[in-house]
Amino acid sequence: MSAQIVSTDVLVIGGGLAGERCAIEAAAAGHEVLMLSVVPPRRSHSCAAQGGMQASLGNCVKAEGDNPTLHYLDTVKGSDWGADQEVAQIFAEEAPVAVRELAHFGVPWTRVKAGKNLYFVKGELVEIEEKEENDGLIMHRDFGGTAKWRACYAGAGTGHAALYAVDSEAVRLGVTVRDRAEAVALIHDGGRCWGAVSRCLRTGEHSAVLAKSTVIATGGHGRIYGQYTTNATINEGTGAAIALDTGVVPLGNMEAVQFHPTALSPSGILVTEGCRGDGGYLLDKNLDRFMVEAEPEKQELASRDVVSRHMARRMRDGKGVETEYGPHLWLDVRHLGEKHLTTKLREVWDICRDFAGLNCAKELIPVRPTQHYSMGGVRVNKDGEAYNMAGLFAAGESACWDMHGFNRLGGNSLAETIVTGRLVGKSASRLASRSSLDVATTVAMDAVRRAEVHASSWLERSGPGPSVYEIRDEMAETMIADVGIFRTEDDLAGAVVRLQDLLSQCDRAVLRSKVPGMNPELSYALRLKGMLRLALVTAKGALARTESRGAHCRIDYPERDDANWLNRTLARWPQGASEPELSYEPVGLIDLPPGHRGYGNAKHIDMEQSIETYNADVAQAQEKHGKLETEEAQGSRIRWGKWAEEQ
Amino acid sequence: MSFESTKTGRLLSFEIFRYNPMDPESKPHMQSFELEETKYMSLFIALNEIREKQDPSLQFDFACRSAICGSCGMMANGRPALGCRTQTSDLPEKIRLHPLPVFKLVGDLSVDTGVWFREMAEKSEAWIHAQEAFDPGAKEDRMDDKLAQKIYDSDRCIECGCCVASCGVANINGEFAGPAGLNRMARFAMDPRDTRGDSDWFELISNEHGVFGCIGMMACHDICPKELPLLEVYAYLRRKAFSSGMAS
Repeated sequence: MSAQIVSTDVLVIGGGLAGERCAIEAAAAGHEVLMLSVVPPRRSHSCAAQGGMQASLGNCVKAEGDNPTLHYLDTVKGSDWGADQEVAQIFAEEAPVAVRELAHFGVPWTRVKAGKNLYFVKGELVEIEEKEENDGLIMHRDFGGTAKWRACYAGAGTGHAALYAVDSEAVRLGVTVRDRAEAVALIHDGGRCWGAVSRCLRTGEHSAVLAKSTVIATGGHGRIYGQYTTNATINEGTGAAIALDTGVVPLGNMEAVQFHPTALSPSGILVTEGCRGDGGYLLDKNLDRFMVEAEPEKQELASRDVVSRHMARRMRDGKGVETEYGPHLWLDVRHLGEKHLTTKLREVWDICRDFAGLNCAKELIPVRPTQHYSMGGVRVNKDGEAYNMAGLFAAGESACWDMHGFNRLGGNSLAETIVTGRLVGKSASRLASRSSLDVATTVAMDAVRRAEVHASSWLERSGPGPSVYEIRDEMAETMIADVGIFRTEDDLAGAVVRLQDLLSQCDRAVLRSKVPGMNPELSYALRLKGMLRLALVTAKGALARTESRGAHCRIDYPERDDANWLNRTLARWPQGASEPELSYEPVGLIDLPPGHRGYGNAKHIDMEQSIETYNADVAQAQEKHGKLETEEAQGSRIRWGKWAEEQ
Repeated sequence: MSFESTKTGRLLSFEIFRYNPMDPESKPHMQSFELEETKYMSLFIALNEIREKQDPSLQFDFACRSAICGSCGMMANGRPALGCRTQTSDLPEKIRLHPLPVFKLVGDLSVDTGVWFREMAEKSEAWIHAQEAFDPGAKEDRMDDKLAQKIYDSDRCIECGCCVASCGVANINGEFAGPAGLNRMARFAMDPRDTRGDSDWFELISNEHGVFGCIGMMACHDICPKELPLLEVYAYLRRKAFSSGMAS
């Protein structure tokens, strides 16, 4: 049965920007690379990122004086001090190089036009003279939670342009792509990963891919919120789920879930933050621009967690527009004018026309906050290697690296995909060069057999029982109602009970269709348990965390609590256990002391420890939780105290 | 897909092409379904409803459901279209759905566009042919914003395959680059970062599999969901074929 096994140097699971960037790094280093992707790579959800990619090039007037230190500061404040600060520094320093490299790969970045330009800034139309010396360099637009204009963009199709450019490189370098293929289990011996079991979504057949290095880059898991997400239908968290299935790899900060302020109502399709960055307003049903009073400093451009909460409160207070699909607010971009909307925000123009039947140059856009991004994911060290599992790496949204902490800034995820793609591609290459495939084929075949038996068990079950779609819908309703923007102990405790019940219902659920081949119902069923496990980890983590930090907002514990909760949640699901185990590690070495973010809730509970005492314990505590040794020592990339020069 | 139901009163009758190549008992045929129309119903919503409530074996592809990933090209009443952005309110009560032609069938409405586009990219070497390696220490090369916008206009193609399915030539000549393939060539030809020379472009563009394979019926231009300026693209390529031919 050797036809069911192939081997490669580097296996990349997921064909979005992070996976693709990782794949070309390894391929360029001379390694054989195989990529599994549930869709052709160019259809991955990175293509739907619209507004921009953060990098402190400082090319236009409103970006003058920008630098990686300022970007790092914004990122840590945005994270509400939940981020690993060394990782945020690495990210901010490497983002400019990664963005310029994309220009080399062909991304048609929007460019600076020297001379007089008209922009909307905080509701005012202002004329700014861009310098001749910057003409033709990469342009920036404003985004939420940043000190400078920093988001580099290609119209409103930044993710699309970046994904196509990087995939072009993957084609050039001959990366082998198996599309319509899903990794359903990792092949490992409890401490070393040797690849994955792949299920073909054309035929339903399973096979093993053995690899010296395995990278998970499967994106987010917004679909645990059912249709209440901006995410694509394919964002089902399969990578995080198979890592959790190992029993030893922890997921980090799964309760940190971002709600994007402006998803189109009712479809949930994303409308970019670039709309507000370019001068768009939020209005309530009385056409009152409520964000000016709510956040005088940043207005519509506070961080996403803060804006989403103000919007949710506004709707709760009866100031939303009531519809049969629930309440919404308005996004107003009419004043930006048709020319701007059909060029720099063209994808928004199209979405409004095609999915809401409206002309956004003349009409208001109905929007409401909707699940958008998973800050949590497979917990990795600064080289991108998973805790407790050598040879397993993760990059992009599926990973918890962790530069976003409890809230990610707009445009930082797209930049993260290429920065970590480069970095994790190097780490995976390094390991592949150092090791040989030291795994018995029986280990691989056993893993394939287990996956086959699992699939057959679904097909063999018959009689009465819930359908997989009913279970999915109940999961979605539970998550949006009780693990949403505002959270309380009662709601979360109820959610944990219901999700556990749904998990046990999975074992009684019955497929209506037993057709041979990929069988769409079976394909969904095979992911359902993993999604429920991710949902349960999210709800349990949120229940345990008795504070409010970033996107995690507990009405019953409204303050950020740095005395007790300046830490990262780690969730493992031991083999055979009925529920996950939570533990906590320090967020990382602290360089920028916790303080006020400059927007949102100003109150918090101070640390009791000194930063020196906190930092002294970080390395040991993280190693205890399974962090593997990194190429360079912890803290080697921190420029201690440099932030003070920018305050 | 259970937003609180808001029925429009229309009863839609679907006829959907069915064939599962993995099932020896399956024969190609049309199957009928009925569905009560709701407000804002797209083919994305309708097909999921049919699959979840009526026939869970139905195969089709959707991912982003916002007309940006290009997964859901299909023939709706004989016209290639993205299923996610096709509103049932724009269609009559009888809706016939077929898979896109040209591409290999995966099953029912699902076709293999991924392999087709990868092969096209390989054949036309659809990547930037840079002369020099990337220099991480250098500032980016400058580009006029108007040119960046022009490249972006062609780069917006989402490779959904609707144009290929609508193309009379692509339907009978498997070697023809097809509208999306030609657009991809133009996208790189107009990009100064791609340093391919006149003879390279002449070889690629100026033959019956390139721009001169097009017989100008322009269905592609009419149905492109992204409204790419394909008329201009072909005009650009014909001139490029001429100028590169003269120069080389």
